[in-house]
Amino acid sequence: MHNGKNNRLLLILTIATLAIAGFYILYQLNFDILFYQLPSRVNRVVTMLIVGIAIAVSTVIFQTITKNRILTPSIMGLDSVYLFIQTIIVFIVGTSSPLLTNDFVNYLVSMLGLVVFTVLVFKYLFRLTGNHVFLLLLIGIILGTFFNSLSTFMQMLINPDDFLILQNSMFASFNAINDSLIWITGAIVLLMLIIVLRDFHSLDVIALGRDHAINLGINYDRKVSQLLLIIAVLVSVSTALVGPIMFLGLLVVNLAHEMFKTFKHRYLLLGSTLIAVITLLLGQMLTQYVFNQAVEISVIINLVGGVYFIILMLKESRR
Amino acid sequence: MIDLKGISKIYGQKKVVNDVSVSIAKGKVTSFIGPNGAGKSTLLSMITRLLDQDSGEVLLEGKNILQAPSDALAKKIAILKQSNHMDLKITVRELISFGRFPYSKGRLNERDHEIIDEAISYMELEEFEDRYIDELSGGQRQRVYIAMTIAQDTEYIFLDEPLNNLDMKHSVQIMQILRRLVRERNKTIIIVIHDINFASCYSDNIVAMKDGKVAISGKKDDVIKKEILEDIYEMDINIECIYGQQICVYFDEHEDASVDDFIEDQVRA
Ligand SMILES: Nc1ncnc2c1ncn2[C@@H]1O[C@H](COP(=O)(O)OP(=O)(O)OP(=O)(O)O)[C@@H](O)[C@H]1O
Ligand SMILES: [Mg+2]
Repeated sequence: MHNGKNNRLLLILTIATLAIAGFYILYQLNFDILFYQLPSRVNRVVTMLIVGIAIAVSTVIFQTITKNRILTPSIMGLDSVYLFIQTIIVFIVGTSSPLLTNDFVNYLVSMLGLVVFTVLVFKYLFRLTGNHVFLLLLIGIILGTFFNSLSTFMQMLINPDDFLILQNSMFASFNAINDSLIWITGAIVLLMLIIVLRDFHSLDVIALGRDHAINLGINYDRKVSQLLLIIAVLVSVSTALVGPIMFLGLLVVNLAHEMFKTFKHRYLLLGSTLIAVITLLLGQMLTQYVFNQAVEISVIINLVGGVYFIILMLKESRR
Repeated sequence: MIDLKGISKIYGQKKVVNDVSVSIAKGKVTSFIGPNGAGKSTLLSMITRLLDQDSGEVLLEGKNILQAPSDALAKKIAILKQSNHMDLKITVRELISFGRFPYSKGRLNERDHEIIDEAISYMELEEFEDRYIDELSGGQRQRVYIAMTIAQDTEYIFLDEPLNNLDMKHSVQIMQILRRLVRERNKTIIIVIHDINFASCYSDNIVAMKDGKVAISGKKDDVIKKEILEDIYEMDINIECIYGQQICVYFDEHEDASVDDFIEDQVRA
């Protein structure tokens, strides 16, 4: 009954995404620098698509497993760990080290660090807390604060010039991203997406909860471990590529829930991905044309997402 | 046939299920009865692989249940737990359709839809089919979950307190449906049930549990006996034969004076 409406919604979102992407690529195109401007804009759009998929898909799955709507991998401290990795590199080996200057090396180190952290946290935390949402949230915030404080401490000690360079990696940015990294990340994200989509029906079953899922024949513990690993990889590669956008996942997945009013992952996965890409495109246009690059895109998205997060918390606590 | 061999579960220091060995006959209705906290639900969860036991094994037709692949098992046994809470935006029909997941893996065919329709009509849910489950009453929702379990169409069906929240008419209806499933389709049904008279009227066998142990198990007539039940529930119980059924009468004949005192105390306080 609701499928017809939801299919139409998906179609509208797809058209909107294409239209906004087209507009972004063609707006005020300067024919004198066409060969520079066009590929650079297309690259940005492709990056936004990759990041949109990675963040939306990982957040949808994470919330399905934890059965909550306010926790996301980023809120669980992942973004702080990314910052911590960047800071510790500057702190120990300095800004001239290839660990920081070489996009490729930095990407690899950040990604590995994040994957290791996520797998450890997820594996042990879920077991320790018995998947209790508010306990998880609390620990996530504590972990986040812990790594943030460590980073801040080290940032005090490094010299101001290094700090300026470090500051670049504190905010997500879609400007000047290394081409080959885009394609590597794209390939990894695509691979994860295929694995998820091949078996998206079992996500619907997992949403019913552990007992129902086992009763219906899902090998629950193995499946959930596999999914957590996929989440870790998705969030890590996307953060390593553009930097942290803490509240993006929360914002787009909740909007998808509001719009589609369904448990079906076909709609949730596709819907929240499209919403994520639209959000990133709009954010980027605001940054570029309204704020003239004075405000980072992650600041805009976090402002909107953060306010939404507070509203969700208030709604949740009133229930 | 399901054989339990020395099943135990320990929480902290307490053995909440203590060395339970019992056989569940095929093609019968077996009821588990016993006081709150006796370990019935815990035992059912272990039989159906939802919970790991600390010792012992469950044999399904002679084979250890943990060795069978989970998806094959889902076509053989179905379990509905005592309480089911769901925060999802899901309609009645969609939820019942999940009963077919072990067969269809999410892609329903004609036959699946027939079985879903049948389960819906068994539970008289036609008028709610397209409603979201959070828009139903407690009893209506319970019937949806039972329908989902029936749609799973397994040989063995485990229901933990299926009559929760149900009115008399629907309780009787469901027990009759369960009997029919046994009679016509040779299903094996295992229920946990508190209403001792429903257990007495509709089961073939009864397993009575107390303090984590099996107090007694056997044909229903061997279990529904005054001394046995009084011992298990620690209260006075009389058994009368009404229309050929053993009916337990467990109301006080005299009013309990201490209850009046208690109420008076409360009023005064
Ligand atoms: N997760 C748990 N942790 C600790 N103790 C538990 C847990 N689950 C159950 N128990 C304890 O185990 C005992 C048996 O519980 P169980 O739910 O099996 O009882 P039951 O016979 O189904 O009771 P009821 O008729 O009230 O449903 C109880 O004393 C309960 O407090
Ligand atoms: Mg119980």
